[in-house]
Amino acid sequence: MSALQVKNISKSFRGLRAVSDASFEVPAGSINGLIGPNGAGKTTIFNMIAGVYAPDGGEIVFEGRRIDGLRPDQVCAAGIGRTFQLVKPFAGLTVLDNVIVGALQRERTVAGARGHAGSILRKLGLDAKAQLPASSLTLPDRKRLEVARALATRPRLLLLDEVMAGLRPTECDQMVEVFRDINRAEGLTILLIEHVMRAVMALAQHIGVLHHGEVIARGTPEQVVRDPAVLECYLGEETKV
Amino acid sequence: MRKEFVYLAILAVLMVALPAFVGPYALSVATLILYFAYTGQAWNVMMGFAGQLSLGHSLYVGVGAYAAGAIFFHYGIGPWAGLWVAMLLCVALGLVIGFLAFRFGISGVYFALLTIAFAEFTRIGFDHLDWLGGPGGMFLKVAQRDTWDVLNFRGPPLMYYYSMLLLTALAFVGCYFLLRSRAGYYWQAIRENEEAAQALGINTFRWKMAAVALSAAMTSISGVFFAFYYNNLFPHEIFSMNRSIELILGPVIGGIGTLFGPIFGAAVLTLLSDGITEALAALGWEIPGIKQVFYGLVLLAVVMFLPHGIWPFVAKILRITR
Repeated sequence: MSALQVKNISKSFRGLRAVSDASFEVPAGSINGLIGPNGAGKTTIFNMIAGVYAPDGGEIVFEGRRIDGLRPDQVCAAGIGRTFQLVKPFAGLTVLDNVIVGALQRERTVAGARGHAGSILRKLGLDAKAQLPASSLTLPDRKRLEVARALATRPRLLLLDEVMAGLRPTECDQMVEVFRDINRAEGLTILLIEHVMRAVMALAQHIGVLHHGEVIARGTPEQVVRDPAVLECYLGEETKV
Repeated sequence: MRKEFVYLAILAVLMVALPAFVGPYALSVATLILYFAYTGQAWNVMMGFAGQLSLGHSLYVGVGAYAAGAIFFHYGIGPWAGLWVAMLLCVALGLVIGFLAFRFGISGVYFALLTIAFAEFTRIGFDHLDWLGGPGGMFLKVAQRDTWDVLNFRGPPLMYYYSMLLLTALAFVGCYFLLRSRAGYYWQAIRENEEAAQALGINTFRWKMAAVALSAAMTSISGVFFAFYYNNLFPHEIFSMNRSIELILGPVIGGIGTLFGPIFGAAVLTLLSDGITEALAALGWEIPGIKQVFYGLVLLAVVMFLPHGIWPFVAKILRITR
């Protein structure tokens, strides 16, 4: 069963077609990657799923319900959590308070949210920094905080926007472990957009490749890296001399 | 953690006992401090908590004052009824401004400009309302100064002092709990990063409207107090831009977004203004505008050296949080 179905969505900005007729499915409980070179339309697709833009055409269906055109807060309430590529911490609040804001989405009381936020911070190894202002965190920790906040809303689908970018390989591997654990333990469906191939190859069971706003290949990591269309868009066309 | 409450209890006892030790002039200064502390707290809900800058809060003071004042002036009905009319009107006005701004994505300085615009054209409108006295002003019957007529809110200065003290205390306690509630978390999230707040499931439009409504309602009570304390209302005075600035100086100097900032800032500024006047009189300097120059210099120094306000600095010295 698919958790998320993206059907023929398109989006143009002032005549520039960022995404055209893109379709893919995200099976429930799986980890999926969306890759593609710069400007391929990854973030645009991501933002349409998250409710930042409404698609010009096509449908986005989450757990059997259409979510295209909903506001970001409604998409979150529907069960989709997201992170931002450029991290957006609540800089003046403590790390714990940042996560409490997310946890309040499902918790009725602040005390309940505090408890839930605490357990998420432990999961992500941020519990020692819970009382520090978010502005004092390093970039890897800010990325973790982004994930913690999104997880606090108890999503059933987690959208990760370049959450590995800027991390060192060891930090990247730690993050991969975290997602694998959560996916395995809670059956959380994950859709990640990545530039860092190392992370995508390690994590994703299914990969979609975007190029010029179109899905040009879909399959397992092994299938995708051998696909001539993918090689062409990443490495350029093969020419015989 | 406990230490704050001890300081707070001492402060409360001092404030309650104050009238027994000071003369009428000092009491009027203390009343003024409390007035600014309370109104600053009301403004702080919108700016300090939810991050929405209003530079036109004189609108709510003025409309609140005129609403309760007019009902008393024309029908002889005391402010306990007028208060509700004042609050309703101000909340409605706040929601109109909020709707226009938040629905159409006007934020930051443009939102601030919108608040100024509303205050300004309300002032112009009131200048032409003869029922409210127009530019010539509206004058409430001056109070009997010896008996406490609580029903009509007429009485000796002591009554006004204690009612303002009560209001300030209520606002402080209310804001303390608000900050620790869902609303407080949501408002601060919106203040810090609205896009991220929305992604975490917060209906930012609705919560910003709530902040404006609450701030407007609280400020309208300042207006009712103003009408019955000063007994005369002029549109060009009560709706003026100066009034709006005066109201926000306390929380800005004291510390935006903090609970004590507005109270502390109001005390510092009011005492400073009085202190400068007296110091200049003692020195015999009678140069026009020199008071404003000194006042401005002090504000400049605070903004330069304590950009987060005085309160966070004092809190650090006293070793208490916030």
